[in-house]
Amino acid sequence: MPIEIATPFTPIASTIGGIMIGLSAVLVMALFGRIAGISGITTGALPMRRDDWSWRFAFVAGLIAAPLLVQAVTGSPVVQTVPGNLAAMALAGLFVGFGTVKGAGCTSGHGVCGLARLSGRSLAAVTIFMATAFATVFILRHIL
Amino acid sequence: MGIVFGFLAGLLFGVGLIVAGMSDPAKVLNFLDVFGSFDPSLAFVMGGAAITTFVGYRLVWLREKPLLFSDFQIPRRSDIDSDLVIGAAAFGVGWGIGGFCPGPAWTALPLSAPGTLVFLPAMLAGMALATVMKDRKTGLASSS
Repeated sequence: MPIEIATPFTPIASTIGGIMIGLSAVLVMALFGRIAGISGITTGALPMRRDDWSWRFAFVAGLIAAPLLVQAVTGSPVVQTVPGNLAAMALAGLFVGFGTVKGAGCTSGHGVCGLARLSGRSLAAVTIFMATAFATVFILRHIL
Repeated sequence: MGIVFGFLAGLLFGVGLIVAGMSDPAKVLNFLDVFGSFDPSLAFVMGGAAITTFVGYRLVWLREKPLLFSDFQIPRRSDIDSDLVIGAAAFGVGWGIGGFCPGPAWTALPLSAPGTLVFLPAMLAGMALATVMKDRKTGLASSS
């Protein structure tokens, strides 16, 4: 089921992209005093749960607009390969959505922001989700 | 004001994801496939983002309060509870199946691959489910 196509190792582009992600997280802290965790931003982006929902809604809109901006500037399409097994993708989405809310964070909230705060709780979360992700890919690609 | 800057922060985050190559699930899955088509780029994204955020947060926290809101809201919990462990573990499984975490899933939306269009609603459903379960739990706790 998984797509096994080699992708080039891009240390420089990936570091630059990482710095941009970090700057966004710093901007969110400087402006709003909040953690830039995408799962928390997603669940807080609707008016029924929080008063300060509007910046989160706008943040998600910015995420969605990003590839359109990149395509307009570079003139070439953003290349991606998304797994095509739709049943597996539905299951993956459920696990990601359920897990990030139950565990109070994802790659950005626990990963980037939590590690930057030197939070032991976030370090535990990152260690656990990395471990189960590595194990899942190993099983899907090398055992099944 | 908050909406404009929220949008710009989301845009910066999303462009960072694309520059870093993290908008491509194939690249993420290859990071997780140490014994196969391993691509270590994701470690450079995390490193660049976490170090930038570490330094930036400390500069921001020299201020009394954020620029637009009245206080910093920073998680203070340090306990590693079962919700964190179960949630992080479930998130890792979903991440390993689909190669999407919440940020890249939003960024992928306008590129509208079939896998994305299935993953995103499933992710939101998973988030809604975990939110309802959490609300029920806190409701029971406060009524007992």
